Amino acid sequence: MNIWEVVIGIETHAQLATHSKIFSGASTAFGADPNTQACAVDLALPGVLPVLNRGAVECAIRFGLAIGAEVAQKSVFARKNYFYPDLPKGYQISQFELPVVVGGQLAIQVGDTEKIVNLTRAHLEEDAGKSLHEDFHGKSGIDLNRAGTPLLEIVTEPDMCSAAEAVAYAKALHALVRWIGICDGNMQEGSFRCDANVSVRRPGQPLGTRREIKNLNSFRFMQQAIDYEIQWQIAEIEDGRAIQQATVLFDPDTGETRMMRSKEDAHDYRYFPDPDLLPLIISPEWIERTRSAMPELPAAKKQRFIADYGLSAYDAAALTSSLEVADFYEAAVAIAGKQSAKPCANWVMVDLAARLNKEGLELSGSPVSAAQLGGLLARVADNTISNNIAKKVFDALWAGDGGDGAGAADVIIEKQGLKQITDSSAIEALIDEVLAANAAMVAEFKAGKEKAFNALVGQAMKATKGKANPQQVNELLKKKLA
Amino acid sequence: MSLTLEQVRRVAHLARIEISDAEAQTTLGHLNGIFTLIEAMQAVDTKGVEPMAHAQDVAQRLREDRAVEADQRAAFQAVAPETENGLYLVPKVIE
Repeated sequence: MNIWEVVIGIETHAQLATHSKIFSGASTAFGADPNTQACAVDLALPGVLPVLNRGAVECAIRFGLAIGAEVAQKSVFARKNYFYPDLPKGYQISQFELPVVVGGQLAIQVGDTEKIVNLTRAHLEEDAGKSLHEDFHGKSGIDLNRAGTPLLEIVTEPDMCSAAEAVAYAKALHALVRWIGICDGNMQEGSFRCDANVSVRRPGQPLGTRREIKNLNSFRFMQQAIDYEIQWQIAEIEDGRAIQQATVLFDPDTGETRMMRSKEDAHDYRYFPDPDLLPLIISPEWIERTRSAMPELPAAKKQRFIADYGLSAYDAAALTSSLEVADFYEAAVAIAGKQSAKPCANWVMVDLAARLNKEGLELSGSPVSAAQLGGLLARVADNTISNNIAKKVFDALWAGDGGDGAGAADVIIEKQGLKQITDSSAIEALIDEVLAANAAMVAEFKAGKEKAFNALVGQAMKATKGKANPQQVNELLKKKLA
Repeated sequence: MSLTLEQVRRVAHLARIEISDAEAQTTLGHLNGIFTLIEAMQAVDTKGVEPMAHAQDVAQRLREDRAVEADQRAAFQAVAPETENGLYLVPKVIE
């Protein structure tokens, strides 16, 4: 029997998008010179006291509301004690017994199936500083700019059963925290980092011993690390060795996980309520005020796109993968008109996405604005231009022609004379010229060569510079050759 | 309950406090004295009383989210044992 069940839970540290630190007034801006944003509180100089940042609490409330969790009316900060040079106080202020967010759910999409991942909790805490281990004459360098940066640690139930599900969850969570504006999601800068608890078991057996993979800072590494870890654990058990609880790190160079520390030297954090901080009380009014200021959430927007625009679930999911994409799409449809909702979806997801990808640009840096794209597609909808010509106009918009705004496409169409020729007499005249110039092809067609017809359509389209409706050219040509 | 000498040594190690055998023995006595007090307190009936997280029954005051601290690195580093390139230097730590 070689059947194994995989059980995965994820802990994520999301850096909250506040201006100042969670317990001090020092800036949280990324990339400053070392220790220029580490104030007396962050350095734990004698006599300092932490004062909680309202903005960080607001982020936690927004998150709780977005996942349908209970926002605790009362939560408590605790000291998590351990010694490390990038933690000057000798403890991290976190939440332990009474976290600010309890429960909640997140829907994830794996292939064609939707799955619900249950969340255990989310709590507020402070980040530590950074240790730099390059050579400083055999010493380590400490930068405390990051010390005290607000984090929301988001913990799931062990609800995922494959690396693909774990990655789908991480992506959905990543999209959500950005959507509600509580985290910039920048994984390179460490704003969003995941730990995965992985164990395997035979079906029907109790949970296996888990190993925790720390600090996964890309979705690709998460997939690789979990896949490797699952195979490693199965091989160990099949070879008759028991799994020991441990913390492991993923090495992207080897594609393997390796042990960082075993359970024996696991930390004993001796949590206790921080006497420097009083319980955090969140009033029902504050929660309601926050609720009314929440944006439409991805799941609701997806349903609305399906209902209002007649999009498929797949298209609606893709267009609500981030708020930027959703806003861009809706702005384009607003100008192009609802009848263009489906073509708009294709343009945003296919043509525009491909071009952005090719040029290495983000949507926010797109040279073609939503208004310009909407203006262009409005001209396709009213038959001013064909979809083929639209691609040509799009290229011109990309190059910056036509000016800003919804009228840009019109300027280009006018300037380049791209209006579709719908007048059949004009098209017929062009066809006559083509037939006269290609007598050999006409003869071939009349001798029964069907291929010659397609060649003639091609020639005719060329003669109209692509501005005629191919269907119309086809019909007129058939009539002429009959 | 009472502590063992081994537990005292472990707590000392977690707190990174170096203690001699004699100190451990003395500390064991002190800590066991405290535990006796706690045991006496535990005789009080607290059924239905919600545990408090702080001695004062008041709520945490909140600060507006504004970056107000000026850079005082030079002043802080003037009293640090060793610095380089703006970093605080400490004995090498690699886990």
